Amino acid sequence: MQRYSLFSLIRHGLRNHSGWREQWRAAAPKSQYDAIIIGGGGHGLGAAFYLARDYGLTNIAVLEKGWIGGGNTGRNTTIIRSNYLFDESSSLYDHAVKKWEALSGELNYNVMYSRRGVMMLAHTVHDEQVFRRHIHANRLNGVDNEWLTAEQAKAYCPPLNIDPGMRYPIIGAALQRRGGTARHDAVAWGYARAADAMGVDIIENCEVTGIDRHRSGRVIGVQTSRGPIQAAKVGVSAAGNSSVVMGMAGLRLPLESFPLQALVSEPVKPVLPCVVMSNTIHAYISQSDKGELVIGAGTDVYTSYTQRGGLHIAQHTLEAICEIFPQFRRMRMLRNWGGIVDVTPDRSPIIAKTSVPGLYVNCGWGTGGFKATPGAAHLLAHTMATDAPHALNAPFTIERFRDGYMIDEAAAAAVAH
Amino acid sequence: MLLIPCPYCGDRPEIEFSYGGQAHIARPPVPAALDDEQWGSFLYGRDNVRGPHRERWRHSHGCARFFNILRDTRTDLILASYRVGDPLPETGAS
Repeated sequence: MQRYSLFSLIRHGLRNHSGWREQWRAAAPKSQYDAIIIGGGGHGLGAAFYLARDYGLTNIAVLEKGWIGGGNTGRNTTIIRSNYLFDESSSLYDHAVKKWEALSGELNYNVMYSRRGVMMLAHTVHDEQVFRRHIHANRLNGVDNEWLTAEQAKAYCPPLNIDPGMRYPIIGAALQRRGGTARHDAVAWGYARAADAMGVDIIENCEVTGIDRHRSGRVIGVQTSRGPIQAAKVGVSAAGNSSVVMGMAGLRLPLESFPLQALVSEPVKPVLPCVVMSNTIHAYISQSDKGELVIGAGTDVYTSYTQRGGLHIAQHTLEAICEIFPQFRRMRMLRNWGGIVDVTPDRSPIIAKTSVPGLYVNCGWGTGGFKATPGAAHLLAHTMATDAPHALNAPFTIERFRDGYMIDEAAAAAVAH
Repeated sequence: MLLIPCPYCGDRPEIEFSYGGQAHIARPPVPAALDDEQWGSFLYGRDNVRGPHRERWRHSHGCARFFNILRDTRTDLILASYRVGDPLPETGAS
């Protein structure tokens, strides 16, 4: 692996930048691996990285049906936070936030993690009560979160409209200062490059079409569009297509897949210093380093795999954005797209062993999987390598839907998150 | 936005409807007879089909009646619309 540094930049600059090599090999599938990860997004590539670095498994492959980072990793709004209500959730998401803080250095790749703060707006008395409850719960769990008055919120984020005459006036906000954003493409590329350097095969354009099982039931390999591959351990990290892939092993999961849309504006000068979210009027907005306003809309109401949704969903979000930031009214939106998110009944993820020996799954992240990328990847790797969950993902089983041990962030946040 | 054919009212825009999820999940006649695995599967397990999907909709802002449609989740193309109790249309799935 070519290490990136200021000196390498200068050295290659003096040679007219002709010496840069590709960041990972275009590997062809071998006939056998110790472990396979299905899904080359941030979660899957990260799992391969941690398996190789922390658990010594280097004879592994990541199978991606398209190009790496072309699914939800490249389609999200890059928000990172850990201000979840329940103990299990805040521990899980804060595990990821701690890993974000060190990630660029560990990967020798700038993922542009920006700790600019995530501000969640309160518009009603009920919002304020819910956020204050979140703040107290978070602080008891060692997760930073604080209450701001409307004036304090405006001081932190000057473009905010706190006019009490607006239809849903802003009466305050919860601020997680450690929250922020990262460059989503760089996360996939950085993990791929670092995993490849340790011998992991990253195989693009390789769609899994079947999961092979021994007579005893355990996994022995997969069928792919590029031929059969043997492996004793298979980890599925396929986001919106998790039901489809797990169905190949005969498992039916508590998941439904919905389109989730996002859009970006024309690029402008720095205008929005933090991430602003409103659950009540449903708007998520931040500004990328390119200057585009990155805006997240809600899910469509129906299940779909189309990677697009209805225009009225995006319009609803833009109306909310224009209410909070009237100065954005005349901006043009450049691109609008959809990703397919797999949603569980309690809106919490599943990172677990399955009833099939050798088959592991990381799914159900719904509308909020990007923020968890390094944490989820590490925990999937741990679960696969040791054949047992880490204490942090032990509650996030499939069986919780049989046993009734929900981690009901859907009720806590009142919206998908 | 989908244009949804209500079997009672004809084609109407999606915003007049509410979505009811996968269709034909029958409530067990004697829930107490189920073990935890079966009950959990009834409550939360879903086929989440990638392809022709039978699903319930309710024409909330119209006739207010429930009905079913068959929609291909790969294209969002609506293949059939039928009343509750009508025979199931072919899914066309291979």
